[in-house]
Amino acid sequence: MSDERQAILASIARALRREGPEADAHAELELRLSQPKPNLIPRRAADLPHPERVALFATMAREADATLAELPSAEAAPAAIADYLRRENLPPELRIAPDPVLEKLPWSALPLLSVSYGRATGAEAVSVTSAFAGIAETGTLMLTSGPTMPTTLNFLPDTNIVLLRAARIVGAYEEAWTLLRQTGAMPRTVNFITGPSRSADIEQTLQLGAHGPRRLHILLIHAGPAD
Amino acid sequence: MQATSRAFKENVHRALRDPDLQAALTKMRQGFVERRATAAARLPEFEALRDQGRAIKDHTLANLDFYLTRFEERVVAAGGRIHWASDAEAARTAILEICRKAGARTVTKGKSMIGEEIAINEHLALHGIEPVETDLGEYIIQLRDEPPSHLIAPAIHVTREQIAASFRKAHTGLDPDRPLREPRALLVEAREALRGRFLAADVGITGANFLIAETGSTVIVTNEGNGDLTQSLPRVHIVLASIEKLVPSLEDAATILRLLARSATGQEFSVYTTFSTGPRRPGDLDGPEEFHVVLLDNGRSRMLGGEFQDMLRCIRCGACLNHCPIYQSVGGHAYGWVYTGPMGAVLTPALIGIEEAGHLPNASTFCGRCESVCPMRIPLPKMMRHWREREFERHLQPARMQVALKLWAFLARRPALYRLAVRIGAAALGVAGRRAGAFGRLPLAGGWTRSRDLPAPEGGSFQSAWRAGRRL
Repeated sequence: MSDERQAILASIARALRREGPEADAHAELELRLSQPKPNLIPRRAADLPHPERVALFATMAREADATLAELPSAEAAPAAIADYLRRENLPPELRIAPDPVLEKLPWSALPLLSVSYGRATGAEAVSVTSAFAGIAETGTLMLTSGPTMPTTLNFLPDTNIVLLRAARIVGAYEEAWTLLRQTGAMPRTVNFITGPSRSADIEQTLQLGAHGPRRLHILLIHAGPAD
Repeated sequence: MQATSRAFKENVHRALRDPDLQAALTKMRQGFVERRATAAARLPEFEALRDQGRAIKDHTLANLDFYLTRFEERVVAAGGRIHWASDAEAARTAILEICRKAGARTVTKGKSMIGEEIAINEHLALHGIEPVETDLGEYIIQLRDEPPSHLIAPAIHVTREQIAASFRKAHTGLDPDRPLREPRALLVEAREALRGRFLAADVGITGANFLIAETGSTVIVTNEGNGDLTQSLPRVHIVLASIEKLVPSLEDAATILRLLARSATGQEFSVYTTFSTGPRRPGDLDGPEEFHVVLLDNGRSRMLGGEFQDMLRCIRCGACLNHCPIYQSVGGHAYGWVYTGPMGAVLTPALIGIEEAGHLPNASTFCGRCESVCPMRIPLPKMMRHWREREFERHLQPARMQVALKLWAFLARRPALYRLAVRIGAAALGVAGRRAGAFGRLPLAGGWTRSRDLPAPEGGSFQSAWRAGRRL
């Protein structure tokens, strides 16, 4: 195994005509990794005032076939979700990410709604999760895995409902990386999600709901519990 | 996969006579080309981003050994394992060993061109492990037992009737009279058939669009979500990636991601872009317990520092295929191996040898559209010319072509003789073709006159007209 490693690295060094370690050059490269700098950020996403950023996020997410509802607070989410399920003719059963913020929402006020917490197993029709951030330039949700956010909830259920606080909407992908670095190490999985699953593999005809969710519903929360 | 690139000419004739393929290619011409143009026009910075994308990849390739070792460190620090593989066999061996240790019976697979390159499915099947392709297009061609014909739309050549026939054969236990006319019905059936496979698989293999040195992350980009189900449900996740997929930082990946979907499908962004760093962490409720990255060289390190290095910038978006008049006419299978279109015409000879793939760099009109749409600004026509030169140097072309090229070179280096020869030739053709005005048949030029006439020259040559002061 380490022979293979040696062979590849030696072949690269030979092709690049390297003599040996180049200490000066390495310092520069290390800097590029330890203090990564953004490249060109499109004007569309750069330095947008917050309301316009939120508006751009909503426009782009809808363009990618997500649906979106705006709520004054997270506490309004359970009722809004119950309405959504009725409207879409979906079963009143939710698999919710075991996130304290989601757990303490007033689910019990809706006795017809059956809720459970945990990962997805394939049997659940509707999942509810909370996004780490939203990225306005393409209407992209950013979700990070961890004990309170099982990744399978993003992919197995037919319908994925995601809470996103408007305050967490950034302009560009790069700003989302900055936010993430502030929280510490890179999570095991970072999911960028832009609209529901789709495929055009059958005669180049675009269809929604290939293997992942057929519906992506975003609840945009304008205010809510502080961090 | 066994290359049939030597039979390019026969493959082309078959492709041109295949009405289903021609219908699919016509549709592709309208769809992909228009959507890419719209998406690129919508982002004013698109051209500047192409320059930056090129610079990022050039920088990474110039320091590839450094970034690879950094990537390795970060993967290991996150609890993953790296398996270096200098060729296809080493990669197959590493993957089989991981699967065996995991006691795997079935393996789900995300779409991976490297998987095709090293023929991993055949290898696993040979050793009693069932590989299941999960990208819808890949699933269709796996059922049909054929290779992909397009980088991002592997089943673009298959009609819905053919898909329905494959599904009826494969999905036994369903009502044989069920309606399968509509694309929706086919999609739903595939989704249901694959659901169980996702949940039952012991190992999931995905490719990678990027590897990130800063964090040790691997990145996949999909629209279906199949790659994510492949990597998050089984106990073991294997990432199969070639060494040139590396970029330094998350910021660098973001820059190139802005180019990828727009160039490939004309989307603003693909539906799922997933960054994976190591296996399941303490407290996680899902995710793989083992995370392996197989790093494949297979001839790529040899391309560094030479005239084909630029090819290693390729991000496999497929824009060059979509815009190529040759690909648009013959589709992907004619190319006879994994990589097709202009990028395949350059990459295939580098990976399997010019002896095997000499026809491919000749399958070009040199119109330059591939280079003009390549997000990484790869000079594809120039590199095809390099291959043609090598082919000539090594006497790989047919004897008649070599004699003709030598004769032309002899004349071209002697202007007076060249002018004389052209004058005689043009005059002779002019006299012979005066009556008809064109030739329907000409000795030594059967390939040309079979499908079109050669107009008869009117007498003089361009050079004589130029000298006479007739400048059009």
